[in-house]
Amino acid sequence: MEATGPVFAGHALDCVRGGRLVFRDLEFALTPGDALILRGPNASGKSSCLRLLAGLSRPAGGEITWQGASIAEEPEAHRARLHYVGHLDGVKPQLSLRENLAFWAKLRGSGEAVEPALARFEMGPLAASPARYLSAGQRKRLALCRLVAAHAPIWLLDEPIVTLDEHAVGILFALIAEHRNAGGMAIVAAHGALDMPDASELDMKRFQPALEELSS
Amino acid sequence: MRAFGQIFAHDLRLSLRGGVGSLIAVIFFVVTVALFPLGVGPELEGLSRIASGILWVAALLASMLSLERLFQNDFDDGSLELLALSPLPLEASVLAKALAHWVSSGLPLIVVSPLLALLLNMDSTGLGLLILAMLLGTPTLSLVGAVGAALILGARLRGVLLALLVLPLYVPVLIFGVGAVEGAIGGYGSGAPLLILGGLLIGALVLAPVAGAAGLRLALE
Repeated sequence: MEATGPVFAGHALDCVRGGRLVFRDLEFALTPGDALILRGPNASGKSSCLRLLAGLSRPAGGEITWQGASIAEEPEAHRARLHYVGHLDGVKPQLSLRENLAFWAKLRGSGEAVEPALARFEMGPLAASPARYLSAGQRKRLALCRLVAAHAPIWLLDEPIVTLDEHAVGILFALIAEHRNAGGMAIVAAHGALDMPDASELDMKRFQPALEELSS
Repeated sequence: MRAFGQIFAHDLRLSLRGGVGSLIAVIFFVVTVALFPLGVGPELEGLSRIASGILWVAALLASMLSLERLFQNDFDDGSLELLALSPLPLEASVLAKALAHWVSSGLPLIVVSPLLALLLNMDSTGLGLLILAMLLGTPTLSLVGAVGAALILGARLRGVLLALLVLPLYVPVLIFGVGAVEGAIGGYGSGAPLLILGGLLIGALVLAPVAGAAGLRLALE
């Protein structure tokens, strides 16, 4: 691995959803330890951008690269190196918290870190109870536990703090700081203030298409 | 391979925890078949002549009943996104989920079918072949159904749409499934229909995961 230069980068990314151009010519470049905040009002394409970066959808133009190679060439390798926490939490109400988390951890080949991950977000005492009774904030915490339970260098977090209380937000930012210290990267979509020191910011409004392009 | 087993076990556990919901296919199967003696009349000749057809049609409909939820729950709660983002190829996830669907809703049908065959006064020579044919045929139903279940994600009137999509594709299984049983009862051999059922299963095993995964990717775009 080269020591300098960006590892995870996007070049001239265009995104079209439902026939509408959401953003165009978006550029970013991250080296290990970097964090990026996608900032913008509703419908400015933050979630769409994260889905592009995750490989859930393909850019209409441009290229996303990992160490210089396009992620479209090896989609499975790309998926193995990222965590995506979206608006939906992927929590099964019939299963206990432990079972919920263990499934996603084992799917990534690491079932050992389940208990520490639950403890990290202070969900340990609830581990055996069904996820049916969780509040929205607790479900989000459980989803965030996936970040700890299995290692992946890229974290894609879509407005992670919306339903969290102040204490949990603190835990999350401490976690992101640790992840960056260990050489990980985090890309976070948000519209409020985030406690992430020296993270670069991307103002989504800069990449909005001009009005005449919208109608074409 | 381990991740494949994880998804399979996870889906089975979910259907076990589903309570009555997971038994719906079997209950529907039993009730539908039990209605026929009441409707057709108690003369044993008539019943035994159409017994294999009744059992297969009821099995087709019963296996379709639980298909709608195969991907829909995962789609609604975000699990499908996470599955699509797991290192395991999406095709393998589709195969694992279709197999789990077969074990949770296809196998129970096979277990109760001898009892129902008795109820319909089916010729006992056909019974063994009915089970064999169902063992070969019902996995095909789950696999083909998985493609339909992937295509209806997010649509309205999902149940109706699924029936329209999937039932025509079930016809070969119905024809050769009944053919195998009738062949045994009539004494003209059931080797050919069984071979065709096996061929259909192998074809579905290869094609359905690919088609299903393509449908899921479309839904997640």
